Formats: sequence, C-alpha cells, structure tokens
Amino acid sequence: MKYIQQFLIIMIISFLGELLTLLPLPIPASVYGLLILLISLFTGIIKLKDVEDVADWLILIMPILFVPSTVSLMNVTEELVANLIVIIIVLIVGTVVVMGVTGKVAQAMILRKEKQHE
Amino acid sequence: MNSILSNTSYFGIVMSLLAYWIAVQIRKKLPYPIFNPLLISAGIIIGVLYIGDIDFETYNASAKFITSLLTPATVCLAIPLYKQSQILMKHLSAIIVSLLCGCLAGMLSVGILCMILKADQTLLFSLLPKSITTAIAIDVSKLIGGNPTITVGIVIITGIFGAMISKTVCQLLRIYHPVAIGLAIGNSSHAIGTAKAIEFGEIEGAMSSLSIVIAGIFTVIFAPIIANLFI
Repeated sequence: MKYIQQFLIIMIISFLGELLTLLPLPIPASVYGLLILLISLFTGIIKLKDVEDVADWLILIMPILFVPSTVSLMNVTEELVANLIVIIIVLIVGTVVVMGVTGKVAQAMILRKEKQHE
Repeated sequence: MNSILSNTSYFGIVMSLLAYWIAVQIRKKLPYPIFNPLLISAGIIIGVLYIGDIDFETYNASAKFITSLLTPATVCLAIPLYKQSQILMKHLSAIIVSLLCGCLAGMLSVGILCMILKADQTLLFSLLPKSITTAIAIDVSKLIGGNPTITVGIVIITGIFGAMISKTVCQLLRIYHPVAIGLAIGNSSHAIGTAKAIEFGEIEGAMSSLSIVIAGIFTVIFAPIIANLFI
C-alpha cells in the first residue's frame, strides 16, 4: 500500500503540473510539478517519507527514461546533417563554456566566502 | 515487420530496456565517457530499427510509456533539493550569480560562433536554448523564431555530450567543490546531465536539479534579448 500511495502523490503532482501548463507561461509541467513538491515539502503538507521510496526509484531509472527521446533523433537527421559542422562546433564550445564559466564562478565565490569566515 | 510489431504492446519497452542493459554491460567493460549508456542504447535501437525497416512510430507505440515517466521523475528531483536546502541557502548568491554568468556566456558564445561560421538565423535561434530542459527549450525556440524540431535534437545531444565530458572538464579546470560541479553540469546539460551528476554525489545531484529550474528561467528571460543582438 505504501508504494501505491507514494506513486499516487507523485502522479497527482505531475497532473497538477500538467494542468498549470494551461497558463500562458513557457514553463513545462515537470518544472511546475518540481516546484509544487518542493513547496509541499517545505510547508510540511507532504512529508519526505510519503514520497521518498518511489521518488528514489524514479530518479534512479531516470537515464533510461531519455532513451525513446534520444531514438527520436532519427526523425531529424536531415535537419542536423544539413548543418553538421556548425552544430558540432557550437555544441562543443557552447557546452564547455557554460560548464566552465558556471563551475569556476561558483567555486571562486564559495571559496572566497569560506575564507572570509575563517 | 512493421505490421507484426505494431500489433504488440511491449516491443518498444523491451527494446529500450534491453538496449540500455546491453549499453550498461558495455560501459562496465569499457569505462570511457564515449560509451555513454544513453548514446549507445539509442544507437543500438536506431540500428535495429534501420536494419529491420521498422518505423519509429512502431517502436514508440509502447516506448512512449517510458517517456511518460519523465515528468514524474523530474518532479522527484525536488527531493534531493529539499534534503540539501541548507547548502542551497548557504550558497544562494554564488548559485544565482554563477548560473546567470554561465547562461549568458553560453548564449553569447553560441551567437558569436554562429556569426563567425555564417550560420543562418533560424539555426542560431534554434541553438540558443540548447543547454536547458527540452520542454522549456521548445517554447524559447518558438518564441525567438527558431525551429523547435532542431532545438529538441540539439538539446538531447547537448545533454548527452555534457554528461560525457563533465568529469574531464571539471578535472581540467580544477572545479572540485561539489556545489560548483553540480551547478556546472546542470547549467550546461539539464536533466540528462543531472542523471549523471547524481552519480557524483547527493550535493552534486541536488545542485544540478536546481540548475535545471533556474537556468530555464534565466534563458526564458534573456534568450530574446541575446537573440536581438544577433539580428
């Protein structure tokens, strides 16, 4: 029964998130749902033990959930191949830039703050 | 082949799980970033569909049920975030500033590269939201005049690529603080990266989950402004 209840709560939140996408904002159901669950946890409406087991399992299998979307790339091969070189260069440089800048700025700020506290 | 398989209810699900299982076995034997299980399993499935002359729709008839668990799974990312909320509050300013810098630097680099490479504008606008989660990226792409189909493809490839290179990039750039690692991965490669960040540790996973939300918001706000710079 425990698992059914946990699964139910997660599904209700996903459903609410889906309903909220009717609002004219560019926010997907999953992000609305994430915020609903987060607020519910902080306010104590939902306790961690009410969702934790099923949630852990869903997070664990998350990489597999992307498989069908990745396979769907076969439907856009023409568009991707037509601009292959630009896409490859932008993809590599862009991803490294975001990763590097974010990580370096975050680390520098955190370390500086920790030093001040010493 | 299509007519037989399209009448089955489990072909796509079996195919997806089996391919992923095989990919994980390959990864165990060959632990290099290029053998990313998601990339390998999708490669196996596309190969099988191609050789067997099977339509994507036949595969997706049941595989779509796997995809439908993606929203609830993303919702559950609230849990690591909740558990790490003390760290979140402690580093709030560093988190906001670094995610904003990363977002802007990323979009500017995409714009400048597209200009240098003389890419057409639709392609540029399709590439701008590449580092955020698919559903938001589609909306941003439409909003600024990109091609959402290309955007979806790029977002997925960016996610896989980001997950693949995350460890190497963090080592090379000496990013070692778990909060910084999580933010770097989540900001550059959204939910696919986050699935990888969770393997690094709970703090990395939580920070990466958080980045999906905040990077999405920043991109919605700033993508139209950046897009205007390159018209």
